[in-house]
Amino acid sequence: MSIFADYKNLWVFIETYKGKARSVGLELLNPGKELARQMGESMVAVILGDDNQENIAAAFAYGADEVISVEGPEFAHYNTEAYTYAMEKLVEKYKPSTMLIGATIYGRDFGPRLACRLKTGLTADCTALSIDEESGNMAWTRPAFGGNLMATILCPNTRPQIGTVRPGVFKKVEADSAHKGNVIKEAISVPQDIIKTRLVESIQEISGEIIKLEDAEIIVSGGRGLGRPENFSYVRELAEALGAAVGASRAAVDAGWIPHAHQVGQTGKTVGPKIYIACGISGAIQHLAGMGGSDCIVAINKDPEAPIFSVADYGIVGDLFEILPVMAAEIKKLKNA
Amino acid sequence: MTDNFLDYQLMTEDQQSLVDMIHEFMSKEMPQELVEKNDREGHFSMDVAKKLGEMGFYAMDVPEQYGGAGFDCVTICLIREALGYYCGGFANSFVGQSFGYKPLLLAGTEEQKMEYGQRLANGEFWATALTEPQGGSDAVNTRTKAVKDGDDYIINGNKCFVTNGGISNLYTVSAVTGETNLRGEGISLFIVERDFPGVSMGKHEDKMGIRASNTTELTLQDVRVPAKNLIGPVNTGYQTMMKMLARTRPTGCAPALGIARRAIDLAIDYSRQRITFGKPIGKHQGIQFKLADMAIRLQTARNQMIYNATLVDQGVYDTVVGSITKAYASEAAFQICVDAQQIFAGYGYSKEYPLEKLVRDARIYSIFEGPNEVQRWIIGNRLVGKIKK
Amino acid sequence: MNILVCVKQVPDTMEIKIDPVTNTLIRDGVPSIVNPFDSYALELAARIKDETGGKITVVCMGPKQAEAALKECLAVGGDKAYLVTDRAFGGSDTLATSYILSCTVQYLEELSGEKFDIIFCGKQAIDGDTGQVGSEMAEHIGLPQITCIQDIKVEGDKIVVRQEMDEGYNVLETKLPAVVSVTKTPYEPRYPTVKAKLAANRAQITHITTAELTNLTVERTGLKGSPTKVKKTFTPQRKGGGTIIQEDAPADSAVKLVALMSGAALI
Repeated sequence: MSIFADYKNLWVFIETYKGKARSVGLELLNPGKELARQMGESMVAVILGDDNQENIAAAFAYGADEVISVEGPEFAHYNTEAYTYAMEKLVEKYKPSTMLIGATIYGRDFGPRLACRLKTGLTADCTALSIDEESGNMAWTRPAFGGNLMATILCPNTRPQIGTVRPGVFKKVEADSAHKGNVIKEAISVPQDIIKTRLVESIQEISGEIIKLEDAEIIVSGGRGLGRPENFSYVRELAEALGAAVGASRAAVDAGWIPHAHQVGQTGKTVGPKIYIACGISGAIQHLAGMGGSDCIVAINKDPEAPIFSVADYGIVGDLFEILPVMAAEIKKLKNA
Repeated sequence: MTDNFLDYQLMTEDQQSLVDMIHEFMSKEMPQELVEKNDREGHFSMDVAKKLGEMGFYAMDVPEQYGGAGFDCVTICLIREALGYYCGGFANSFVGQSFGYKPLLLAGTEEQKMEYGQRLANGEFWATALTEPQGGSDAVNTRTKAVKDGDDYIINGNKCFVTNGGISNLYTVSAVTGETNLRGEGISLFIVERDFPGVSMGKHEDKMGIRASNTTELTLQDVRVPAKNLIGPVNTGYQTMMKMLARTRPTGCAPALGIARRAIDLAIDYSRQRITFGKPIGKHQGIQFKLADMAIRLQTARNQMIYNATLVDQGVYDTVVGSITKAYASEAAFQICVDAQQIFAGYGYSKEYPLEKLVRDARIYSIFEGPNEVQRWIIGNRLVGKIKK
Repeated sequence: MNILVCVKQVPDTMEIKIDPVTNTLIRDGVPSIVNPFDSYALELAARIKDETGGKITVVCMGPKQAEAALKECLAVGGDKAYLVTDRAFGGSDTLATSYILSCTVQYLEELSGEKFDIIFCGKQAIDGDTGQVGSEMAEHIGLPQITCIQDIKVEGDKIVVRQEMDEGYNVLETKLPAVVSVTKTPYEPRYPTVKAKLAANRAQITHITTAELTNLTVERTGLKGSPTKVKKTFTPQRKGGGTIIQEDAPADSAVKLVALMSGAALI
């Protein structure tokens, strides 16, 4: 480790979208803080954007010791070339030992490009982070084989050690707006000729009334057991009663019953709500990979052997078409009481 | 080689690829919900057929040089069996797509083989219209008449139970053109286009089984057909048909074995899950014996079919071997389905489970393409042979 | 269009089970398939070839058995296939793998005298699940990259793509040559035709080894060339021990569940 004496500090990349920090970057400040403490180092939030003022404040509020801010119109929206260029310059100058990047679509585009440019190791889509006792290196734990196998990875011989971390696995700490720190403003301007890709337009499809899955406290999900697309009405009725978001298994999405944006699972979204209610979902490993971190899992399925019951805190073996409406009615009763 | 002894183990790599393609396609494109819907409504999924055809499964009976898939007989049997696994009705109509072409191979001109082969490759359907209300296997009783008129023939008559009658552009029609006798002379085969004036389809048959297969009546009223549409010389049609049937016996019953295989797979699955008297019924000897008999029937029927098909591929066309194949495989398939239904007990009788459809579908194979009585007659007759007076 | 599609042969992870006794993966009998995202990538490539003509080269880094995956690709649009295989490459992580593949790209371009216009990859392999090789290849070669695309259109010397986003989608464009990685597309991968399938069965797959890749530094491959190391693997822990409710009447079960949840202050 002594050869890396000049690499220090844990960086958390704060990804932004349309000027606002995504939740994942702020979530990573939570484990980042503890890991930095164990390493005896500081945690630095790194923000690239057009106007970072609000996001700098957010980074401090959620725990950053220090913030490096790079501002410029070329960073207003994610661009592989611009972000990789800027981050490379920052890494060259400051030599962080560790970097956490949210495993969003942009994060998983950015991470490998950067890691390759820096000729270092990147571990993707991590669900657990720790320090390896033996070596003092970061230990990155992540799912493989569709979630059937977990692997713990080390990057012992190169720096920085980089990992993309799955959104929703870690929770943001309580925001403390009084918490402030040092802001380093780095002026980096990206040469025009290295920008090869142009964003033509960014289309938002999820209508406002659908609560975003990643932020939802309660999710009611439907799967193949619903039988027909129309039967998502049972799921929506219960979701409405609970003020919950609507999710779906891959089977339901593949069958065209509901858009992909609702898919929870290894190739869909990872969610960690307070309550996850799985209706007519068998509980394939790939689905569990996406919701296994929920605080409380409720399963309703007519097959007593369904794997979902092995992870459920509460389970009903029975006909969801009879159960869901009664649940919705009971919940409405409670709310009105 | 597969690890399931119920599979045919002597497939070549190509045959395995083709069978795998059928399974990959049909399991996706013809899910059970669609199979049941087609069965209820008596509907043939032409859109699915088109996709399958465009993959290269149209014109299976047409040799490559005439634009067809050019599969040998054994390969066609394996493909048809795989299709039957998903839906006997769909399989029956799909494999019948090029059925009307086959007499051309025996008696047609090169121009005919080429022209019509291309049309089949392009996805046109060609039905065979032989059976009439009063005469099926008894061809001497054919009443459809074709009267010469200059360079044409005028055809009048009624055909029934025409597979693909409602979806075909071409028909092979048998008609009386001369003195008919017990040797079948006096009958000719004609290629009739659907859009010839006077050609009309009758009602779609409301059948017990293979309901997804299209079956209609065909009426010919003063239909003018050019002489060039004759298949082979005039008055030789019946012999051509008989020779042709000797070559199609193995492929004809192949879908039935697919239906039977589906029944066995379902019965095995069910036997492992259904619990009575404290254990899965598959652990009761009575059920094991039943399943064993089903497996014995399937394997022996398939072996006979492949043997027959191999002979055909080697140019040996023996009517009797064909009749043995037809008689045995059709009855074996039906018995397998009935036994599977018995294993399912009450659920086997309910339309909510797939078994009763399999029984209904398998039933036809002992009836059409020459009922099994006729097959036995052919076999017995040959065995005893001519006795000198 | 001169197109390269990178594919991987993977176990069908939808079929993988865990041995309840040893808590290890049961890999026996799990069929090997072309990585599903690579199939989507090949479908997009085939659609471009349908429209503008051209050639599709398929390349796969793997053991000899991966030839089966390459043959499947030849049956659905691939024109030529290469297997990159060498014992020295065993144990390569994504940085090493992408390095090997970028050397392969250089080798193939020199061999044919033509550069690739578009290099397609699948978004991620369903066994490794890293999703890094495509981007790292782009960096090694020095090409622009667009990841997670759902659709692509060629317009002269550039491509316009639709990129999947959590909120909806982005439309991006870049000049060719470029590397793209493909997620689920609205187009189902095409079925092979009989002709293509039977021809693919007979195809000879050319192997590319360290002997051919004279531009490659072996130390940058295999375990030696991999900055990430696997410390350990384990099967995920099952939670277990929940409350199963199964009253006679489903309605009663529902009422009981809501009562339990409300009692636990969940709702």
